[in-house]
Amino acid sequence: MKKKLLDVKNLHVHFKTYAGIVQAVRGVNFELYEGETLAIVGESGSGKSVTSNALMKLIPQPPGIYAGGEIHFNGKSLISLSEKEMLAIRGNEMAMIFQDPMTALNPTMRIGKQITEVLLKHKKADSKEAAKRRAIELLDQVGIPFPEKRYKTYPHELSGGMRQRVVIAIALAADPKLLIADEPTTALDVTIQAQILELMKEIQKSSNTSIIFITHDLGVVANVADRVAVMYAGQIVEYGTVEDIFYDPKHPYTWGLLGSMPDLNNSSDELLRAIPGSPPNLINPPIGCAFAPRNELALAIDFEEEPPMFQVSETHFAKTWLQHPNAPHIPIPEVVARRIASSRGGEA
Amino acid sequence: MRKKILEVKNLIQHFGSAKEPIKAVDGISFDVFEGETLGLVGESGCGKSTTGRSIMRLYDITEGEILFNGKNVNSYTSRKDSMQFHREMQMIFQDPYASLNPRMTAGEIIAEGFDIHGLYKNKKERQQKIGELLESVGLNREHANRYAHEFSGGQRQRIGIARALSLNPSFIIADEPISALDVSIQAQVVNLLKQLQKERGLTYLFIAHDLSMVKYISDRIAVMYRGKILELGLADEIYNNPIHPYTKSLLSAVPQPNPEYERKRVRIPYKHEETPANAEVIEARHDHFVLATKEQLSKWL
Ligand SMILES: Nc1ncnc2c1ncn2[C@@H]1O[C@H](COP(=O)(O)OP(=O)(O)OP(=O)(O)O)[C@@H](O)[C@H]1O
Ligand SMILES: Nc1ncnc2c1ncn2[C@@H]1O[C@H](COP(=O)(O)OP(=O)(O)OP(=O)(O)O)[C@@H](O)[C@H]1O
Ligand SMILES: [Mg+2]
Ligand SMILES: [Mg+2]
Repeated sequence: MKKKLLDVKNLHVHFKTYAGIVQAVRGVNFELYEGETLAIVGESGSGKSVTSNALMKLIPQPPGIYAGGEIHFNGKSLISLSEKEMLAIRGNEMAMIFQDPMTALNPTMRIGKQITEVLLKHKKADSKEAAKRRAIELLDQVGIPFPEKRYKTYPHELSGGMRQRVVIAIALAADPKLLIADEPTTALDVTIQAQILELMKEIQKSSNTSIIFITHDLGVVANVADRVAVMYAGQIVEYGTVEDIFYDPKHPYTWGLLGSMPDLNNSSDELLRAIPGSPPNLINPPIGCAFAPRNELALAIDFEEEPPMFQVSETHFAKTWLQHPNAPHIPIPEVVARRIASSRGGEA
Repeated sequence: MRKKILEVKNLIQHFGSAKEPIKAVDGISFDVFEGETLGLVGESGCGKSTTGRSIMRLYDITEGEILFNGKNVNSYTSRKDSMQFHREMQMIFQDPYASLNPRMTAGEIIAEGFDIHGLYKNKKERQQKIGELLESVGLNREHANRYAHEFSGGQRQRIGIARALSLNPSFIIADEPISALDVSIQAQVVNLLKQLQKERGLTYLFIAHDLSMVKYISDRIAVMYRGKILELGLADEIYNNPIHPYTKSLLSAVPQPNPEYERKRVRIPYKHEETPANAEVIEARHDHFVLATKEQLSKWL
């Protein structure tokens, strides 16, 4: 039996703003086992970064508020830990690769020093020389050319993608149990991306690391994830194995996501199938299913009552009234069905 | 004959000391035709953003020529010419965090351009325009009064796009405009860019690394590697019949939204080769150019 490393229960995170209280995360539940990769996908602004920052207890307070729920990590309840106790965990047992490389790097410090600091602080190297050697090795592993030369450069002298690779090297330096990667490869070209994904998998295998991987790129999700959580308006709306989500999606929002991608086999003359409208205002989240106003297939009840999380199979869950035993049978939209069929046919 | 709106001739952009220069852009030439989208893809750090920024006149170029509507952009002498250039040519920046001032509201950021150029003197009209721009990028009017730091990454990028559109430019350099967005908003933004192109005949230089989206939006694609353009041709042609080993490697690494396929993926690695000094741009197939020596080309074809 695999060991549970992380258990998130009914997590709520709010922000106080002039306009009102933004309910950024509204009751998120998931668990993560050792050596497993969970991908979180979903609408921009749906709370993916806030959720992962909350796991690290990095929500600025104020304006942020942990408004409810629990986070159990490796036997500890994080919500009640003091900042001092969190400091011992952060960067050591759990490390994060941020969406924005510039906030993660110190602009006034050479990149090599930023890596050796982590190595020395968390006792991953016992001398300065050993730390330097390991730092250069890490830079090389994340695909920075001429690592000895680059060791001495400052962040602003690097391209966007190179900076992100430095951030990844820093996160890997501590050899964490849990690695939270918030769009780690968004700024990278596909070849470097593939190298980084391979590197992360190698490290996962050898150290049994658990990974939470946030990304917009469904191709990357298909590549890295064991399980996938789909977020919308501060909640997880569908949750399952990577096969459940790609081959048997149940939530209309997931259908919308899968349908929005360009189909490489099709001509570029037709417009892409974007989901119409914009996401709800999280200051006054809608009553009922948050996706209903944008869902062409919404039922009357979607506008009145929030659907519970229905269990579809042993591994698969979906928060949609369509899963209710009395719901009318609404088939998956044809574009999405075609997409799945053609990808299962092998020629992607 | 299609009109060349932008001509880049042997552009060189070096940084650092003259003794030990970082050759960010190392002699590239290409044309962009009016109303088309040229996709620029390539390895991280290969000089894509630098190319865009040099065209935008954000750097003093080391060597070469950049002609916009036939006129050398580095020869503008009057402030009027400069102002006109910056109205016509806009850039959407890669980094939505660094490129927006967190202490400004979304509305102020979007209106900055038209305030500088003195458009929309009437307050109501100005407000109306801000609202329209916000909605055109999938945000809503209420967002105008929120500060940049209160937005998520993808929301900030859309503010950047709205800002670029605010002056009705004819040419937009979009530096990874959608990589921070989720696929549905990507689709919205790409549809929006396509629609604007159709309506207003906009021209785009579209920098990105998501090859599936680049193929979708671009008429032609240029593949860049370590400061040089290695291959340039029609989007479908580059995608279906790549010639340069680097392009082949790049295409083999594009992840597909299909777990079974991903488990079996075989990537073609690329072993770095210096471009020989006698390499030249050869039209290997119709409208499909490769930087190579004759020997290399016959080996690759
Ligand atoms: N400091 C803050 N103050 C006010 N609102 C905030 C703050 N940080 C985040 N939010 C809001 O919380 C919501 C969730 O934001 P979050 O950054 O988690 O989105 P995301 O899913 O990571 O989006 P993206 O894919 O664009 O990165 C958004 O509506 C955002 O505007
Ligand atoms: N201001 C600068 N000073 C020194 N070197 C620079 C500067 N700007 C860019 N460079 C260097 O020039 C090269 C090209 O950088 P550029 O930002 O153009 O790459 P890019 O192709 O846009 O990469 P990415 O896909 O990662 O954004 C890199 O080696 C970078 O380190
Ligand atoms: Mg985010
Ligand atoms: Mg760039």
